[in-house]
Amino acid sequence: MNPFKHARNWSTRALPVKDPNFGHAVDTSHGPILYIEDVNVSFDGFKALNNLNLFIDDGELRCIIGPNGAGKTTMMDVITGKTKPDSGSIFFGQQINLQHLSEHQISRGGIGRKFQKPTVFEALSVYENLELATADDKRVWHILSHQLTGAQRDKIDEVLYTIGLSTQVHNSAGNLSHGQKQWLEIGMLLMQSPRVLLVDEPVAGMTGEETERTAELLTSLAGKHSVIVVEHDMAFVRSIAKKVTVLHQGSVLAEGTMDQVQSNPKVIEVYLGE
Amino acid sequence: MLTQRLLTSDKGGMWVLGILALTCILVPILNLAVPENSPLHVSTFTVTLLGKFLCYALLALALDLIWGYAGILSLGHGAFFALGGYAMGMYLMRQIGDRGKYGDPLLPDFMVFLNWDSLPWYWLGFDMFWFAMLMVIMVPAILAWVFGWLAFRSRVTGVYFAIITQALTYALMLAFFRNEMGFGGNNGLTDFKDILGFSITADSTRIGLFLASGIMLIIAYLACRYIVTSRMGRVIVSIRDAETRTRFCGYQVESYKLWLFVFSAVLAGIAGALYVPQVGIINPGEFSPLNSIELVVWVATGGRGTLYGAIVGAFSVNYGKTIFTSFYPEAWLFPLGLLFVLVTLVLPKGLVGLFSRFKRHDKRSDDAKQEDAP
Repeated sequence: MNPFKHARNWSTRALPVKDPNFGHAVDTSHGPILYIEDVNVSFDGFKALNNLNLFIDDGELRCIIGPNGAGKTTMMDVITGKTKPDSGSIFFGQQINLQHLSEHQISRGGIGRKFQKPTVFEALSVYENLELATADDKRVWHILSHQLTGAQRDKIDEVLYTIGLSTQVHNSAGNLSHGQKQWLEIGMLLMQSPRVLLVDEPVAGMTGEETERTAELLTSLAGKHSVIVVEHDMAFVRSIAKKVTVLHQGSVLAEGTMDQVQSNPKVIEVYLGE
Repeated sequence: MLTQRLLTSDKGGMWVLGILALTCILVPILNLAVPENSPLHVSTFTVTLLGKFLCYALLALALDLIWGYAGILSLGHGAFFALGGYAMGMYLMRQIGDRGKYGDPLLPDFMVFLNWDSLPWYWLGFDMFWFAMLMVIMVPAILAWVFGWLAFRSRVTGVYFAIITQALTYALMLAFFRNEMGFGGNNGLTDFKDILGFSITADSTRIGLFLASGIMLIIAYLACRYIVTSRMGRVIVSIRDAETRTRFCGYQVESYKLWLFVFSAVLAGIAGALYVPQVGIINPGEFSPLNSIELVVWVATGGRGTLYGAIVGAFSVNYGKTIFTSFYPEAWLFPLGLLFVLVTLVLPKGLVGLFSRFKRHDKRSDDAKQEDAP
């Protein structure tokens, strides 16, 4: 397969991003919403990402799997601006070069990230957690003096319904179960109406029922958002994935449906040895 | 609606504000209108002592705002207090005019003593009250802004931040000890005569300063409540609990910390400015790291992250200090250290936490009674 099949139209250069909510203006006319091209990252000589090429289509649900140290987390770090690549380029749509943006700009611009460990704000209520994540002008003076608008309140109610926590609105987030915290965190990402959702090991430590509900939640989000899921639980990946990418030693080893990937001899070698 | 937001679900705060307001009304009456031989008379000494405590409470409030809510532990907040105090002290020095020992109409005594023949440029303008008040706010604000900008931008947090703030106040102390700095060296600024034309030792001026401190404390308390009950307050708490996550929510964490730090420094500066005319002296000792550490003990003792706890802590520890030092002046550091250890071990939520624990206990036993009743 030709990795450059989706290559961006190089005649359009990166535009400086003025509008904090530039996610709404992302140009996906060529299909993909995220272009990761020839990205290299090394830490003290260790190549965490090695000429990684990855293209995510607008609205797709993509699962990324790979053994430990394959570069899954580094890939997320690079997309969200936490780590700057040594070389290569990361474009959001046709024209927005993410390398020039900082973490909070990327987040405001429409790429939300859910960490592996649920990190909700435990001292605050479920409602306040969502309020905090509301898409809004997030500069100090605005936040100091403004109350939520009606539309923002409606959005919170809508998200509460989506993540199934409507009955827990005033409960403190610290009192939620592990699974509920994960959903709340996904809800917090949804508050910003992101174009791309990065979800790191969403079902680790969940009960069977919680895993099932999470699968439903993530599949319902695809289409409206592009969802990238990094997960170790193969049964879970099989239950939600249409397309799976296998990372190994910092680059893409295989890509395709779950069945294709699982029968790929290279993948079998990496996962099972010999 | 705003008062509702500031005061509902803040029972402790309402109590503290109520007591403060009552003190502000009663103390002037008991000092000025009640004859001196009456048992109800409040001496001017007590008024000044209470006024001092009010300034300490304001300083504690400033620290609680950043430590209790944003988790930024500053061990150098005394520096902003002292800078505000120095700005006020400079105004008071210029008010002395030719009534100094050497009778120089322009130069303060210590400059005459050092054989200086003109006023250094940074003393210009301090003969005007409004300019001095502007400096009370601007000097701590600018220092906090520059220092905070450098520290937060480099993501210096936690114990490292505490250490560099400690270094900051220590460095300032050493600098202010030098005679060449032009702030009176180790004697500092003293021998003040009057403020805004009123004699600084008169009873009525003392009451005025006491009232100003009390009213300032109430205003500052309400301003802090406004911040912590706003959406910004929630953002600040989330920065304390999960900084990275807040950043990924799209908040520029550094600027939140910076503005809060600057605001807190300004409050500390104002506290210093109200403190100096009441105690009649400001010297580099105010920059001593020990003062800033004591301040942390006040807040921890009262209960951090509640605002009113800081006020309770400042009053109770300083009252204890006043009593204790009248018996054993040298040994104060021992009970102070013991207090800090005890509070950390036994009362992690401070005195305020103790009250609410009792209350919850009462409620539980009430509930139990009700359950038993039928």
